[in-house]
Amino acid sequence: MSSSEHNENSEHTNPAVDGSELIKFDNVTKRFGSKVVLDNLCFDVSSGKHVTLIGPSGSGKTTILRLLMTLMKPEEGTIKVGGHYLTHEEKGGKLVPAGEKHIREVRKNIGMVFQQFNLFPNMKVLRNLTEAPVHVLGLSKEEAEQRARELLELVGLTEHIDKYPSQLSGGQQQRVAIARALAMRPQVLLLDEVTSALDPELVAGVLDVLRDIAHTTDITMLCVTHEMNFARDISDDVLMFDAGRVIESGAPEKIFSDPEHERTREFLGAVL
Amino acid sequence: MTSGLWELVLKGIWITVQLTVFSSALALAVAFAFGILRTHRLWIVRFLAGCYIEVFRGTSALVFMFWIFFVLPLMFSYQLVPMWAAVLALGLTYGAYGAEVVRGALQAVAPAQREAGVALSFTRGQQLRKILIPQAWPEMIPPFNNLSIELLKGTALVSIMGVGDTAFAANLVRLALQESAEIYTYTLLIYFVLAFVISRGMRALERKAKAGIGRPMEKPAARKPGAGVLQMLKKVDGKAVDPQHAGTRARSAGGDA
Repeated sequence: MSSSEHNENSEHTNPAVDGSELIKFDNVTKRFGSKVVLDNLCFDVSSGKHVTLIGPSGSGKTTILRLLMTLMKPEEGTIKVGGHYLTHEEKGGKLVPAGEKHIREVRKNIGMVFQQFNLFPNMKVLRNLTEAPVHVLGLSKEEAEQRARELLELVGLTEHIDKYPSQLSGGQQQRVAIARALAMRPQVLLLDEVTSALDPELVAGVLDVLRDIAHTTDITMLCVTHEMNFARDISDDVLMFDAGRVIESGAPEKIFSDPEHERTREFLGAVL
Repeated sequence: MTSGLWELVLKGIWITVQLTVFSSALALAVAFAFGILRTHRLWIVRFLAGCYIEVFRGTSALVFMFWIFFVLPLMFSYQLVPMWAAVLALGLTYGAYGAEVVRGALQAVAPAQREAGVALSFTRGQQLRKILIPQAWPEMIPPFNNLSIELLKGTALVSIMGVGDTAFAANLVRLALQESAEIYTYTLLIYFVLAFVISRGMRALERKAKAGIGRPMEKPAARKPGAGVLQMLKKVDGKAVDPQHAGTRARSAGGDA
């Protein structure tokens, strides 16, 4: 991926967004005790792409999202987001662990939707959506509320603006959580098995919203899911994981219909 | 009993109320400060806060009161009014108990809530103010209720230092009338009524706090030990609890008491 060449022809103003490698994992290793969850992982995601991570549970997919969200730190290797190191800083030509402030600055470009929604139960829907834009990004209250209303319309929940999360169904809560992540205008949206905790009849509504976002915005998506049809619909690339490594990657048509790796065939045979 | 004696008792009640209010306010501030420090990411801060809590939980409030009143003046040649010496002693002692309540409640908030705060790039302080404390607060109120009643009864210790509180007045009345059954029965009742008022007030506060996080007061039958926000989350998703989180939840539910 030749980023320099792409830059010259680009009309975008932000070189960080435009560099084709928006996310770059470089030899990342993550261990839990003696268990190696990610094993010298290298991969990158270009700006605006939708990438789905598939693989058996325990293969390290969710760990990748949690590393990107800085909910955990890698033991070895570096992660870059928009050209900046995520958990490291360059000081005097050397890479040192980054301070809280640096991490927060880089992290602002990343949004995440969780399996269990994790809305703030002490805030009504509107405040769930405006709290971070106002207090983290420094938007005015009016601006943040305007944005929140637009996003609630996007996810089809305008009439629930004054409710507490506990008054909403799981599917509605997850759609609010999607809106909350988007309210920060992230470049990257991480989706961590966002439909796994939902009753089957609520899954479609959430996936429709995500399809809509995938097709109408240029946001980069990194998605861990067991919904293979959804993955086929929205993905530009699919990465197949096993034991902390990418064993196969490619366009969804290729991976789903004609996988090369034996392990991928087994996995897809089991879930499709 | 003559009206003069009743006046004495009423003045005593007023002193008891003042002592309770001021000491509770100090205890609340101390409880939050040290409870929050107990969850600090730096071990040295946690350790120092822990030292304070252990020292003040482990010493007698009465002895500490004497110490402030009699020893402090020798060291700093500054004499506190007995009333404020009492407030200081009670506030610092009950604050130490309260700090453990605050710590427990903060740690019982689902870890996923903090993660959501990280994902929105809130600073640690913002996570605490906007997410953790508001959710932990309703869980703190029942134990705080207990502590404030304990504190109310603890204020009777000041009578030994000659502060004219309810217990002190009762003693004077007993001496004046040479009869103890009547006045001590009244005194028991007075403390009971004061405690009852605190208890009802805290109950109302709890109801309000729970409504503030979209959670009505549960019926006793539906309430399980360690229930709370975690319980609510479980009710919502009903299934498919991430095993990694399940462990943490079980732990925090246990450590909630």
